[in-house]
Amino acid sequence: MATDVHRPVTGHAAVRVEGLTRSFDDRAVIDDLRLDVRQGEFVALLGRSGCGKSTLLRILAGLDRDIEGTVLVPRRKAVAFQSPRLMPWKKVWRNVLLGLPGKPGRGVADQALDEVGLGHRADAWPKTLSGGEAQRASLARALVREPDLLLLDEPFGALDALTRIKAQRLVGELWQRRGCAVLLVTHDVEEAVLLADRVLVMDDGVIAHEQPIDLDRPRDITDPRFAELRAQLLERLGVDTAAEAA
Amino acid sequence: MSISHAPPSKSGPDISDIPGKDAPLELDPLVPTSSRRTRVPRWLRRTTGPVVLVLLWQVLSATGVLTSDVLASPGRIAQVGSDLIADGSLASAMGTSLQRVAAGLLLGTLVGTGLALVSGLFRIGEDLVDAPVQMLRTVPFVGLIPLFIIWFGIGEAPKIAIITLGVTFPLYLNVYAGIRGVDSQLIEAGESLGLSRWGLVRHVVLPGALPGALTGLRYSLGIAWLALVFAEQVNADSGIGFLMVQARDFLRTDVIVVCLIVYAFLGLLADFVVRSLERLLLQWRPTFTGR
Repeated sequence: MATDVHRPVTGHAAVRVEGLTRSFDDRAVIDDLRLDVRQGEFVALLGRSGCGKSTLLRILAGLDRDIEGTVLVPRRKAVAFQSPRLMPWKKVWRNVLLGLPGKPGRGVADQALDEVGLGHRADAWPKTLSGGEAQRASLARALVREPDLLLLDEPFGALDALTRIKAQRLVGELWQRRGCAVLLVTHDVEEAVLLADRVLVMDDGVIAHEQPIDLDRPRDITDPRFAELRAQLLERLGVDTAAEAA
Repeated sequence: MSISHAPPSKSGPDISDIPGKDAPLELDPLVPTSSRRTRVPRWLRRTTGPVVLVLLWQVLSATGVLTSDVLASPGRIAQVGSDLIADGSLASAMGTSLQRVAAGLLLGTLVGTGLALVSGLFRIGEDLVDAPVQMLRTVPFVGLIPLFIIWFGIGEAPKIAIITLGVTFPLYLNVYAGIRGVDSQLIEAGESLGLSRWGLVRHVVLPGALPGALTGLRYSLGIAWLALVFAEQVNADSGIGFLMVQARDFLRTDVIVVCLIVYAFLGLLADFVVRSLERLLLQWRPTFTGR
């Protein structure tokens, strides 16, 4: 089974967060939060908009240091944001290499771009990329750093439905090949159940609910157990699926 | 709602005009842009305006509406222009003027960009630099000529100083605005990629400020010529401005116009240089380029 190939989900931690608090103007968006992610584990973080999940991701990325509490993250970490945030003045391959230590050659970029199926656009300006292509370039830029922790902030949010399915599949494959820990912030329950080993629901500044997903991979969204997990999580998020089914 | 569902008997006069399912719809062909464009080449369209203007001028001069002590005719100006070129006085005047502009532009660019970097990149720099620059900016720099003559004498120095001063402010404003206008999301992305402070400046902030900087350069070039005219009409013994002052003393409108044309030509050349720079450096920009 594919999951067994990569799975060095050892007991070793890739992320350890304890007693984390982040306040905006005396309002605690994250309040005494605890989170552990093991090496090689794929964790999805669900939550209503404004629940602090993106703030948590920014903290883990080291972009928000206005915090209290303990946060331990690997040195090699990478982020893919909701918008691709490619530098418009750099060609795609230069974007991929941006910020890498040393003087990496173009081959490094080409390899990463090939991995996301974008090798043929290495010489393009970002303005000429489609939404899906730009997002894949952003993913290549994250992967080229060989991260131990990959942080994904709703990376498929702005994609159309078809492109999203392809991109989700790509992320699943890349994770299995790379074996890095992934934290995926999303509001799409189906996406979370499809990809994650464990789904966390964030509410009121803490992890309010934790749901291990032990379905075999690759997962089938028509599987009744899939639907059941999806319904449970939706309920947790305050969406009544019974009414939807009726 | 579809009209074809309405019973035919109830249809009013308007609805009966609408063709039924069988009658063909009238379809409009959408003409591709390439064939909609006129066949006249762009450069020809661009030169038509000035040419018509010169022709009109020639006609007015030839019919005596414009007398030569008001404005010489284009033909006469061309004659004088070729004379000035032949005896080398125009070339030497242009050389001197170009040197002054180049020096002033170089100095002004260094000062303006340098100050903008200091106040754009650092908050402490902004606090220290921005207020004085904004104050000085509103002083009409031409008004400083007398002061500059006292400080620097009547040689090249005051002329270059005036041009430098004129060039500095538009560059400062635009580079500063360019730096502060860089998308903070891109800065954050750069940070997340592990760029150092200098790396952020080099790979994110400066390229992001480039469109603003080039706009500033355009303004600066315009002001540089303006400053040159002022500087060369005070206490100059060479240059195009000096040629003009001399021509004024002898009531030679033809020479004055030749000098004006030279100024216009140089301005056009400068604009061409900036345009080329923009085409080269800003090809990444996903902005509207006109139809």
